[in-house]
Amino acid sequence: MTAYLKLDHIDKSFARGGQVSEVLKDIRLTIDKGEFVSIIGHSGCGKSTLLNLIAGLTRVSAGAVLLEDKEVDSPGPERAVVFQNHSLLPWLTVFENINLAVSKVFGRTRSRAERHDWIMRNLDLVQMAHARDKRPAEISGGMKQRVGIARALAMEPKILLLDEPFGALDALTRAHLQDAVMDIHSRLGSTTIMITHDVDEAVLLSDRIVMMTNGPAATIGEVLPVPLARPRRRIELSSDRTFLRCREAVLKFLYERHRFVEAAE
Amino acid sequence: MSVQAIEDTKVKAFPVPAKPAEVIAFTAKVRRRFDPAAIAGKLASTLVPPTIVIVVMLVVWQIACSSPNASLPPPSQVWNEAYDLIAHPFFDYGPQDIGLAWRVLISLQRVAIGFGLAAIVGVALGALVGQSIWAMRGLDPVFQILRTVPPLAWLPLSLAAFRDSSPSAIFVIFITSIWPVIINTAVGVRNIPEDYRNVSRILRLNQLEFFVKIMVPAAAPYIFTGLRIGIGLSWLAIVAAEMLTGGVGIGFFIWDAWNSSRLPDIIVALAYIGVTGFCLDRLVAAIGAFVTRGTTAK
Repeated sequence: MTAYLKLDHIDKSFARGGQVSEVLKDIRLTIDKGEFVSIIGHSGCGKSTLLNLIAGLTRVSAGAVLLEDKEVDSPGPERAVVFQNHSLLPWLTVFENINLAVSKVFGRTRSRAERHDWIMRNLDLVQMAHARDKRPAEISGGMKQRVGIARALAMEPKILLLDEPFGALDALTRAHLQDAVMDIHSRLGSTTIMITHDVDEAVLLSDRIVMMTNGPAATIGEVLPVPLARPRRRIELSSDRTFLRCREAVLKFLYERHRFVEAAE
Repeated sequence: MSVQAIEDTKVKAFPVPAKPAEVIAFTAKVRRRFDPAAIAGKLASTLVPPTIVIVVMLVVWQIACSSPNASLPPPSQVWNEAYDLIAHPFFDYGPQDIGLAWRVLISLQRVAIGFGLAAIVGVALGALVGQSIWAMRGLDPVFQILRTVPPLAWLPLSLAAFRDSSPSAIFVIFITSIWPVIINTAVGVRNIPEDYRNVSRILRLNQLEFFVKIMVPAAAPYIFTGLRIGIGLSWLAIVAAEMLTGGVGIGFFIWDAWNSSRLPDIIVALAYIGVTGFCLDRLVAAIGAFVTRGTTAK
């Protein structure tokens, strides 16, 4: 069986003013269908660049991103992204924001009524149906991120890409949204890649945690499987030995072996 | 590229003084949706100060121009001699003898055509310059030079090109008002957050969909700033252009009145022009506020 998503010897470098800076070097990773994978690393290690490569928003310098054996060379709705700062269009209501995506992706294949139902289904999934006619400015940060997730899910993506989706939220809201994401993942079985810098979040949500070394020329340092049964409950896990062992492994990787050096330019 | 965006300042003739006592007494009932006393108080606080200032100005003017050898007419003389123009804006006694409101409307029609064209072409060119780095490098220096050319300097050239006064006046309006529209639109388009572009790329919006659904709404506050500057400039230009091209607009009326030494008529016409310009500015600002509601909020 071939991998669902394959990152095949990816290099990425940026050229600016005659200087070439190597960001990612020789990234190799395969992800199975339905898997939840987190990518963790210190800031500046290129994890967002990696996500943009998978999304197709930036092109690889060498190697290839293969989704179902087809090369990814441009962005598209089958690789939906949930952005860190939600990126909802402020002049559209919650419903209209999702409708923009749904009518573009399903405009030809589904009727108006079907599309309407589909939007409401996705809003229900993130418990935001009550705010359908509100504008993004009128709802809280957590709610905006829920709508962002609904918009991404509504595209029926093959892979859901989360770019530090909860980074800008307070701890309580973040926990709520993590539960929502776990619930959605268990219901839809969507293949998900999440960028994060939160160790607990990575262990709680992921099947595997991909740990990145520091840049420049960052690469995958280690991949840690998280053998915890689902559904996972954060209160029970807080004293679970497997959970604590995984957490310790990630912490050790990040703070002992690949300590972040601020002036590593 | 220089940013010509002006802040959307609240235009208030004068700072509102402390509210009269009765208004304060009524603020307790603010829950009631319709409160005649509060509305009256608010109206009074916005209308009374400018009224006082205008009255004082008229009195000073009257005193200053009352001496027999004054070169300008006092307000009382303006009122007496130009009473027909003030009281009957819509009279129509033949092709060259019409009320000032008609003349203003004719000038407005020219402005509407010239400014309408400038708005359409300006937004399109601004979008191009904002979107493409090569279009910017090529066009921006040209724009920066051309936009400093005074409106009337274009007039001889356009008269030669169009061989008729009416299209020439419209062209002068167009060429005067297009620059702020282009420049502000370009700034607005360049300031579209990268995230909105990424959203449109993931959705695979085509150029037209991106323009209509993302670019125009995202740049709307900037576009309307440009349109507001543009409408002001075009109103400035039309009066000057009509003085030279003739016809029946308000600008030509002033020139005509000067040639026949009717100074009171000129003063009345100035008041018309000022009020109309103010209304145009408010109109574009109001449309802008309506269209861009919710756009600027994060």
